[in-house]
Amino acid sequence: MYRYIIKRILFLIPTILGVIFIILLVLNFTPGNPGRSILGVSAPQEAVDQLNQELGYNDPLMVKYVHYLKNLVVNHSFGTSYFTRQPVANEVLPRFWVTLKLSIIGIIISTLVGVPLGMLTAVKQYTAWDYIPSVLAFLLAAIPAFVLGMVLLFVFSLKLNILPSYGLNTWQCYIMPSLCMAIPITAFNIRFTKSSMLESIREDYIDTARAKGAKESTVIWKHALKNALLPVITNIGLNMGGLIMGAVVAERLFSVAGIGALIVDRIAYKDEPVIIAGTIVISITFTIIMLIVDIIYAFIDPRIRAKYTRIKG
Amino acid sequence: MSENVTAARPSAQEPVKFKKQNQAKEIWRRFRKNRGSMVGLFMLILILLAIIFANVIVKYSAATTQNLSIKLAGPSSEHWFGTDSYGRDLFARVLYGGRTSISIAVLATISSCIVGSTLGAIAGYFGGKVDNLIMRALDIFMSVPDILFTMAVVFALGANFVNLLIALTLAYFTNYVRLVRSQILSLSDLEYIEAAKAGGASSARIILSHIFPNAMGVIIVNTTLNVAKIILYESTLSFLGLGMPPPQPEWGQILAEAREYMRSAPHMLLFPALAIILTACAVNLIGDGMRDAMDPHLKS
Repeated sequence: MYRYIIKRILFLIPTILGVIFIILLVLNFTPGNPGRSILGVSAPQEAVDQLNQELGYNDPLMVKYVHYLKNLVVNHSFGTSYFTRQPVANEVLPRFWVTLKLSIIGIIISTLVGVPLGMLTAVKQYTAWDYIPSVLAFLLAAIPAFVLGMVLLFVFSLKLNILPSYGLNTWQCYIMPSLCMAIPITAFNIRFTKSSMLESIREDYIDTARAKGAKESTVIWKHALKNALLPVITNIGLNMGGLIMGAVVAERLFSVAGIGALIVDRIAYKDEPVIIAGTIVISITFTIIMLIVDIIYAFIDPRIRAKYTRIKG
Repeated sequence: MSENVTAARPSAQEPVKFKKQNQAKEIWRRFRKNRGSMVGLFMLILILLAIIFANVIVKYSAATTQNLSIKLAGPSSEHWFGTDSYGRDLFARVLYGGRTSISIAVLATISSCIVGSTLGAIAGYFGGKVDNLIMRALDIFMSVPDILFTMAVVFALGANFVNLLIALTLAYFTNYVRLVRSQILSLSDLEYIEAAKAGGASSARIILSHIFPNAMGVIIVNTTLNVAKIILYESTLSFLGLGMPPPQPEWGQILAEAREYMRSAPHMLLFPALAIILTACAVNLIGDGMRDAMDPHLKS
């Protein structure tokens, strides 16, 4: 068991190095001229060239990569923003907490609503308890998060005027952005939990349990549910991708100063250090969460536990 | 027709006839019984016809000609979906926007399927070091959340049709690698593959003519569902300002423009949003229907 966890944690190192490399590689194709963007159209060419040199913009990719890593490890610095000339860490980190807060709220809502509803639909299959959440989940899965957010904004801010349309100053401000992030994932969770539960109900061990004369409630809650929940846990980790997409959209739509909105805003200014740092910070968080989910999964699933204990012994 | 009815519901009087049916026909028979998926198929055909024959229904110039005197007008007999902030006909924009959105989604799905399936087939069939290399690289690749990666690619390469296709392919091929690899791993253990190997069939032949046809069902269902996902995904990119450059209409881009006029012209939000939602629903209904039709567990 510990072998598995240590192996997974050690793989974090090449993953983070790889992530930084991939992002630098992709952004290396960006045309443009940060020196020119910073100094403006009227600045003399020599000044622009000198600034580009200073920023390390003309270096080859591998040199940039090594510099970046060195700067990150030795100076704990993400560099300086091309746009505001502030240290990138000062811009990225406070906004990261905002996004993290919204994401945690989003994941709690989508799990607490989606998983029980999904179980309900499977247990009460072919009744109104199945049809209503299933149809709702089906429709919500076909609506892009930003359209959902625009509808929320239209109804609750413009028409009813009961929720603030931007910022995160009061607790009411959190309602719409977190709903906008949580609803698509909730829909996905309902569908996923339903199919996982239905699959588990069809298994042979369920027939065995019934044949033994176990009560129907015992069969469902003890035998079926336990096995159905395993894939659902992995699924919560996989939700992270959708959650980050939701965060980017919600922050943009509701003018929340989060990391997603920061990246999108700085794309217009070609502010590479901020884009790179933002992407790296989110990706690393994403990787760590996936790792935690995998480890929890391994603890819960006796099959995986058994596999690694046997290797050890 | 009568044979199919007999096969579906054998009555007490008539003896049950067993007829050798080809698999595609059998799947189609089961698919047709599913009312939801038939509705989806019908909707999708209507949508496709509308966007393919868009130039017969309304001129392309209506989608791009600006006429500020009628800007933000609501739906009328002349402009069925109303007009946008430049006075362009929204009906024409939604129709021609559908051409862009749906063709990107379909092409991106196909290309990610080809790239991903090939890698997955190589990883799954050869196993060992090759498998390890591909899967570990994929793990690292997948650690960058899709949306950030796509944004970075579009940002770096610039937004146009081909670059969007590249970005969406890079975001979606990973699903296929895992899917095809796991299919191949589970199929490789089956006896008929062993028999083919014993018979001296080459690796390529085993993959293409023995494994692929059997993994096909799962791949087709996933591909169908992916089209809907990519339509939503691509519209989100446009909303973030990373989609097709204007003036060429595209669903997400029309919606992004609608955002500023939500208060005065909600119709600008309604119609393109409905177009996206209906298309995604239709595709999902078909995908779900196909999954049920192909699921061997449900075979009666």
